[in-house]
Amino acid sequence: MEIKDQNRRDFLKWFGAAVGGVWAFTSRAFAARGEDEQVQARGKHRWGMVIDLDRCTGCQACVVACSVENNQMLGGPEEAALGRVIRWLKILPRTEAEGSHIRQSLVPMPCQQCEDPPCTRVCPTSATFMNPEGIVGQVYDRCIGCRYCVNACPYTCKFFNWGEPQWPKETQTPFNPDVSVRYKGVVEKCLFCHQRLQRAKDKAREEGRKIEEGDYVTACQAACPAQAIVFGDLNDPESEVSRLALSHRSFKMLEELGTKPKVIYLREG
Amino acid sequence: MSKPSAVDVESKVLAPLIAKPGRGFWIAVSLLGGVFFWGLLAWGWQIKNGLRVTGLNAPVFWGIYLVNFVFFIGISHAGTLISSILRIAETEWRRPFTRAAEAITVFSLPFGASSVIVDLGRPDRLLNVILYPHFTSPILWDVLCITTYLATSCLYFYLALIPDIALCRDRLSSAVGPVRRWLYEMLALGWTGTKVQWKTLHKIMGGMSVFLFALVISVHTNVSFVFGLTTKPGWHTAVIGPYFVVGAIYSGVATVIVAMIAIRKLFHLETYLTEDHFNRIGKFLLALCCFWFYFTCVEFLTVFYGRETAHMAVFNAKFFGEYAWLFWTMFTCCFIIPLPVLAIRRLRTIANLVWLGIVINIGMWLERYSIIVPSGARPYLSWEIGRYTPSWVECSITAAWFSGFCLLFLVFTRVFPILTVWEINEESAAGKTNLPAG
Repeated sequence: MEIKDQNRRDFLKWFGAAVGGVWAFTSRAFAARGEDEQVQARGKHRWGMVIDLDRCTGCQACVVACSVENNQMLGGPEEAALGRVIRWLKILPRTEAEGSHIRQSLVPMPCQQCEDPPCTRVCPTSATFMNPEGIVGQVYDRCIGCRYCVNACPYTCKFFNWGEPQWPKETQTPFNPDVSVRYKGVVEKCLFCHQRLQRAKDKAREEGRKIEEGDYVTACQAACPAQAIVFGDLNDPESEVSRLALSHRSFKMLEELGTKPKVIYLREG
Repeated sequence: MSKPSAVDVESKVLAPLIAKPGRGFWIAVSLLGGVFFWGLLAWGWQIKNGLRVTGLNAPVFWGIYLVNFVFFIGISHAGTLISSILRIAETEWRRPFTRAAEAITVFSLPFGASSVIVDLGRPDRLLNVILYPHFTSPILWDVLCITTYLATSCLYFYLALIPDIALCRDRLSSAVGPVRRWLYEMLALGWTGTKVQWKTLHKIMGGMSVFLFALVISVHTNVSFVFGLTTKPGWHTAVIGPYFVVGAIYSGVATVIVAMIAIRKLFHLETYLTEDHFNRIGKFLLALCCFWFYFTCVEFLTVFYGRETAHMAVFNAKFFGEYAWLFWTMFTCCFIIPLPVLAIRRLRTIANLVWLGIVINIGMWLERYSIIVPSGARPYLSWEIGRYTPSWVECSITAAWFSGFCLLFLVFTRVFPILTVWEINEESAAGKTNLPAG
């Protein structure tokens, strides 16, 4: 009888310890999540983009600027035919038909930088995550290349390095030194030219001021000849991006999926 | 038919373990080994060059590696189903099938799990899943589930083997070489068949049966979650969990039937694997076939009636588009052919069950293909329509994984008894005295 009691007590002790351990672990995980939300509430930056489809001419200058800025693979015709060329910003052709009237429109599509991203949720290693300023990032060195996030992204705006990316010799020297070159087997995506944010922050700190509107400009925005792309802080009600986001023309891609994109489109007028 | 005595069972079942393997055995082993080795070379080639050697692309990011993953995990559930769920239900006809079913579980799981590793862009970073776990990811749940399942089913398999290993130790010590004698000696764990030992064994197996029952449902539901929890058209459906579980058991039972008929023929075990046993398992397969049909109807009717654009694009690709031949072949293999053969008593013969089991498995492999690939090829936004043809590397690795599975099974039949001797003895005991056994 005594032995049995001893066993039970031991069992309860261990069981209690195990439950406590699990509780401590999960509560810490949730606490970390809570902190993220607090940061957001405190009014940090929330970077967003507005793309005016009425202004866009479909010239693809943004696509080129984006690839050059972010050291994207050049890719050959064979890779293009297989759908393996990586462009963080792509032009999505859309056909709208109303009766006999058919209209072709072009939609520049960077990562939609969802506020509730489906890709970060499914990543088994937290290699893709949302940073405190709302940018969805990718840690290349942690990515295991399972391509789950790529499948989970309803916009197909994440990309996988099917092989070692190749560049002709001539294009290798002017790599952007601020952006790491990816390698085979990992996923990559548009990061809102995060390196430019670092630079803008450094500059503002040097000058002893806060980061201002216009300090942080993405490569696609800078290259757009029609000024169809506006970039800025959605948490700042005075910013142009916030103002345009409230336009009656504004909409978000696949809004019904509840991903809450921070790339906002303005409908053609 | 008179029930065979215990001594008969032993001599008959142990015969293949001491008989010298014929030329056919060596040809089969070298053939399967060759294909497996070739597949490993192909994997090496893929590791060196990256996944560009596969037919995968954007937007078809997942292909036949994932199909194999679901397929192998699927057939592994037959073992657990037959030996644990039917054990709980005290179904007598399960007895000659248990060992082979558990062997299929244990041997198919490693191939299922490794299919995902083959699919990774960076298999060298596999440990990151454990080093930096992200608890909201269904892949992490899968890793936890499948490793638990593998460990538990290995243990379960081994426990049921112990009395038979002891039998080998006692009966075969003079007939086998020193290595195998040592192997039997060590693995038998000093089993002597005392009352206490039997009681303990039955108690543990009973408890584990219940645990495995829960595990089998959760493992395959988790496998389905990898697809079902994304918002991808064609994957995002609540029915995918039970649909996967039923499909898994369906293909698994078909595999067990094929394996058992082969064993029956090769090792002349007609006395223990009777026409009646196959008739009963055939009826069971019929029930699964109907369940599978039910889930298929529910799934596609829901999509068709709802008429959502993106979901209908996948639906049309499967029913009428470039995947139609695949989809309808699948449907023919999984339902149209099996239904009459299994439902009509005159057709439900052993000879018919062999090819039917193979047909069902082809159908179920195609079923996974038609779930995974068309959804990839029809993304939400109108990017270019995706095309996907598996490359030689993917086909080689697939062939290798199937060969490896067969090879393990084949070697196993030569080293350990493929029928559970003690279970069969219990069956005949139960048959004589009408006592509930186990």
